[in-house]
Amino acid sequence: MPLFFTQTLAILHKDLKTEWRTRERLSAMAFFALLVVIIFNFIYEPGSPIIKTVAPGIFWIATAFAGLLGLSRSYAIETQNDCLMGLRLTPVDPGAIFLGKMLGNTLTMLILQVLILPILVIFLNLQIAEALPRLILPILLGTLGFAAIGTLFSAMSLNTRLREAFLPLLTLPIFIPALLAAIESFRAVLTGAEITDWLVLSGAFVALYIAACLLLFEYVLED
Amino acid sequence: MNTSAIIIQNTTRRFGHITALQNINLTVPTGCIFALFGPNGAGKTTLLRLIATLAKPSSGDIWVSDINTRRNPHEIRKNIGFISHQTMLYDDLMARENLTFYGRMYGLQNLNTRIEEVLLAVGLKDRQRDRIQKFSRGMKQRLAIARAILHHPSILLLDEPFTGLDTSAQSVLSNMITTLKAEGRTIFLVTHDLARGLALADRFGILFQGQLVHEASTKDIGESELQTLYENKTTH
Repeated sequence: MPLFFTQTLAILHKDLKTEWRTRERLSAMAFFALLVVIIFNFIYEPGSPIIKTVAPGIFWIATAFAGLLGLSRSYAIETQNDCLMGLRLTPVDPGAIFLGKMLGNTLTMLILQVLILPILVIFLNLQIAEALPRLILPILLGTLGFAAIGTLFSAMSLNTRLREAFLPLLTLPIFIPALLAAIESFRAVLTGAEITDWLVLSGAFVALYIAACLLLFEYVLED
Repeated sequence: MNTSAIIIQNTTRRFGHITALQNINLTVPTGCIFALFGPNGAGKTTLLRLIATLAKPSSGDIWVSDINTRRNPHEIRKNIGFISHQTMLYDDLMARENLTFYGRMYGLQNLNTRIEEVLLAVGLKDRQRDRIQKFSRGMKQRLAIARAILHHPSILLLDEPFTGLDTSAQSVLSNMITTLKAEGRTIFLVTHDLARGLALADRFGILFQGQLVHEASTKDIGESELQTLYENKTTH
């Protein structure tokens, strides 16, 4: 296997193993997402016709804000004991660090979303059982796009004093176009509308985000 | 074969208006232990970071194992090990998992065998399955040495490696440095500890306010003379 992929997988494996042992990020993210859905439960009548229209937005609001919480912590393990410096001292390609971290963040967020969907069903009485297989691709694309920009900006905000505020301020405006596509494709699945255009748009944003982040990540790591 | 492991030529490093290093010229022969002394803020760590390719000089050039740090930093990183007072290890991973991770970063072949060797060398083979958050400071530093020598580097950069260690752990580290030198490695040691640096090093330098104000062999100098020299060179 080329060294680039060995390095990418090693970073992914290390991040997932650390998260599995501590469960620091996922538990905080899940609790935050639960609170978001509960708040919307008080705003909208569970099971009412409007739920199919607003549920995609609620799902992505919960995902995005809980995701930001997790992203801001994704480099915390690298600052501990100066591990990021240790990583930079190896002949690792910056792209491998980015991809490893991004895939780790994507998987963590996908696990979070697997938890959010049943919460939506329970609290908003949303019927999604039949639509579930068609939801996989739009959710995956939206999550990849979010994880890509979030991974880049969480690395950028690593040495800033207002890291927690800086990250959403940078990430959300750039994620908005992809967020729109992700919400609309989710809604199209729920209402039985045509989804292809939204999927193409989501895919294009994911490709653009990942390519741009791969190019820029090297400069983010520089002194 | 070049007999110089590190060559620093007219190197200056600025951070905005602040000049951290000014026109440094230094050559470290292969297989030598070089100790760099200097007060806080003298620029010692900055110089070490330039050698380690973590930062680029504002002007001048640095060659490590005949490779210019500007041209091929990846190749240089394969050839250097770095030990500082920070272990650069993951607390939630086991000792062996930490080494496996770094070994994969270097793309090492026969990684399991190599891990066994370095764990044995630092006396942590029995603790390889323990998470390192349970380790004492001295044990963590020994594992940091294992991490730094895992990929057979010919040059070791040591940034205040004795900081925070008790006397016994300091002796263990000193012995390990001597062993590493006996294996033919070049060691660039940055320390505040004049006595320990003098005992270990073949040559030494004094850095003050970003300038290399003295460089000599350790052969003809005693501890008290070095102390006097250091005080003279590092006062205005």
